[in-house]
Amino acid sequence: MSTADVAIDRTAQGERARRLTEMVFRMRELGIVMALLLLIAVTAILEPRFIEFDSLKDLARNASIIAIIAAGQTMVILTRNIDLSVGSVLGLTAFFCGDLLSNHNTPIVVAIVLCVLMGAACGVVNGVLTTFGRVPALVVTLGTMYVFRGIAFVYTDGRQINAETLPDSFLNIGTGTVAGIPTIFLIAFVVVLIVGLYLANYRSGRELYAIGSNDAAAKLAGIRVDRRVVAAFVACGALAGLGGALYAARFGTVDATAGTGYELTVISAAVVGGVAITGGVGSVYGAAIGAVLLGCITSSLIVLRIDSFWQQAAVGALLIAAIAFDRLVGLRLDAALRQRSARRA
Amino acid sequence: MSKETETAVPRLALRNASKSFGAVHALRDASLELYGGHVRALLGENGAGKSTLVKTLAGVYRPDAGTVLVDGEPVSFHGPIDARDAGIAIIYQEPTLFPDLSVAENVFMGRQPLSAGKRIDKKDLHDKTAELFRQLGVAIEPERPVRGLSIADQQLVEIAKALSFEARVLIMDEPTAALSGTEVERLFRVTRTLREQGAAVMFISHRLEEIFAICDHVTVMRDGAVTYNGDLEGKTNDDLVRWMVGRDIDQLFPKVESEIGKPVLRVERLTREGVFFDVSFEVKAGEIVALAGLVGAGRSEVARTIFGIDRADGGHAEINGRRLPNHKPTAAMRAGIGFVPEDRRQQGLVMDLSIARNATMTRMRSLAPAGIIRAAREKALASEWATRLQLKYHRLDDHVGTLSGGNQQKVVLAKWLATQPRLLIIDEPTRGIDVGTKAEVHRLISELASRGLAVLMISSELPEVLGMADRVLVMHEGRLTGEFSREEADEERVMRAATGQTKEGLAA
Repeated sequence: MSTADVAIDRTAQGERARRLTEMVFRMRELGIVMALLLLIAVTAILEPRFIEFDSLKDLARNASIIAIIAAGQTMVILTRNIDLSVGSVLGLTAFFCGDLLSNHNTPIVVAIVLCVLMGAACGVVNGVLTTFGRVPALVVTLGTMYVFRGIAFVYTDGRQINAETLPDSFLNIGTGTVAGIPTIFLIAFVVVLIVGLYLANYRSGRELYAIGSNDAAAKLAGIRVDRRVVAAFVACGALAGLGGALYAARFGTVDATAGTGYELTVISAAVVGGVAITGGVGSVYGAAIGAVLLGCITSSLIVLRIDSFWQQAAVGALLIAAIAFDRLVGLRLDAALRQRSARRA
Repeated sequence: MSKETETAVPRLALRNASKSFGAVHALRDASLELYGGHVRALLGENGAGKSTLVKTLAGVYRPDAGTVLVDGEPVSFHGPIDARDAGIAIIYQEPTLFPDLSVAENVFMGRQPLSAGKRIDKKDLHDKTAELFRQLGVAIEPERPVRGLSIADQQLVEIAKALSFEARVLIMDEPTAALSGTEVERLFRVTRTLREQGAAVMFISHRLEEIFAICDHVTVMRDGAVTYNGDLEGKTNDDLVRWMVGRDIDQLFPKVESEIGKPVLRVERLTREGVFFDVSFEVKAGEIVALAGLVGAGRSEVARTIFGIDRADGGHAEINGRRLPNHKPTAAMRAGIGFVPEDRRQQGLVMDLSIARNATMTRMRSLAPAGIIRAAREKALASEWATRLQLKYHRLDDHVGTLSGGNQQKVVLAKWLATQPRLLIIDEPTRGIDVGTKAEVHRLISELASRGLAVLMISSELPEVLGMADRVLVMHEGRLTGEFSREEADEERVMRAATGQTKEGLAA
């Protein structure tokens, strides 16, 4: 073989490898969009009312809060950490928001900002314990999940916030529409877009991917890993705080148990949406679509009058399928690469 | 030393550096200089102190004595970042990249070009990366993810990264170990380009022909000390090998004569793609066969595949004429193989369990009728072996982690000997064991062989290989490149085969 031939052969090989990997990278989000469309199509055929506008609006509202918190969770998971405390942060801030508006006549904007700050403060606790305490995030946030929930119980002291005591303009955020589109959905859309653009286009955003992809290499590249990880936890907490305020606006009725179990739904949304639990891979867009898919499953099962028991089973099956798919793709890639380098040697 | 370098100030130098880890002198009074526009080779056997020297230059270690000089000025690095800021780039054998990110992002991570509003200017990022690869004369797309790139391409990404922060010193730690012939050529072309651009390059390699192809100067190390430091011109392979291995074997190896019987292990054309190829050999009863070679030659992988930990892609192994099923360690155990792994702490022992539990782990079933371990039986068996192997311990209930390295190794041996194996595979039997206990482990292995056990020993220490083995097999880049009887084997022959200096090796 002449040198030129070798060169051509090599570029052809490179081309094939590139296509393969590109396909895999795209598939992560493509696969879930397909699953979503399939689910909507099947449900719509069985029950045409499912795709009526009101029904879709409801679907969008249900998925919005999960999508916002999943955006924050994605930032944390990208760094190969996890935040199990988001459900508790949501409960705490949801009651805080209702309390401010019902009993202290706080302006709505101020109340929401305070909720975000409270969530961020919870994120600081998680981040600092994880990085400077050198305790795995799973353990830290499992602990703070109970701690924050405990604080919520002490704070509410058995009280409950009711929709009647909340200002209508606030409730409107949760139930109203702007130009026909649910307000809460617009907020989620903007949040996901901002986080998505940040992760894709800013140094500190890319560094979150770098940390999750190869922690040691990130340190060698001069990235201040601890600071970035704390920042990711703070952002996640802040978005959970925003989620809390929106929860109050959407449901009106809030007690200390608000958002129980949300952490798992949020993590499921991210993982189903292609965010690798091992860090470094995934996007908030995927996580947001994951949130919509999970919401869609719930709604379609209700519409089709299937026992709600099946809903959890369906979510579980989907999670396992998503993880199995990731693993399968990884194995295939490894095998392909091993064979390829063997041929070259 | 050549004329033009005599007057120049070295870009980077190490002067009279020493570094010890406990009782081990990894570096003794070592000096070397790297000049702009020149390529220096760093040569030495495994454990000669090359990595310690490189890590000292990289700011990972601080020397106990001696200094690092940049442009003739003494400096003190507090970490790898300091060395990088001084313009020193290290390219490790295993590149440190972000597999999930694009090539361009890997090159410029943390230093991406920005446009208005601190956004990353992706076009500029990709253009700059493309320009770096153009300078290097290689075609790698900036946009593609690093995952899926060959090791050779990943190294080039590392080199591009070094160029991007204008490194003036480039140290490559065995860059060619995992590369094919054409890839090596391409790397050399890039290295020559860098040299022409005035960079100081240091190149660590075991392949002597490569060193002659690319290097101007050479530094040879042995036992932590520099044995030669100067021009490469006019030197021969023999000179280099002599400087590398010319140590006396005055350590005593208590080799016990043993009667060699019938073949116990037969390995037939065993292959694992990309790792080792077409490996065939035999080990007879009472025989110690050493598998020698450099780190990364594929020796441990052969052992792991025989024992069934890794899957073989071709060929098979037989014990006493009965073929072992592929990829089944339990079957290998039942057939009578014991396997003492290289990494004692991670793979050989369960560090948090007691000495007794570790020593009897392979016999758990017979100690636990009805599934409950009888503590008394466990202790009896463990203490029997502890006595036979002269284990030094306080109590059998103590964590195995409380023992010294040599005694830990005895526990691993006890564990396997309790199964009455016919073949014992031992990977690096004396790694991390102090000199006194080493001889004891050697005596033990030798005695076991004299009682008819077949032993396959993997070792990177030449004196151990030459002192212990009845027969020496040598591997180089996944292939067997030499076989010597105890009489034939000497340091130079083994080293030559290990570096591919045989007729088969040169053709590769």
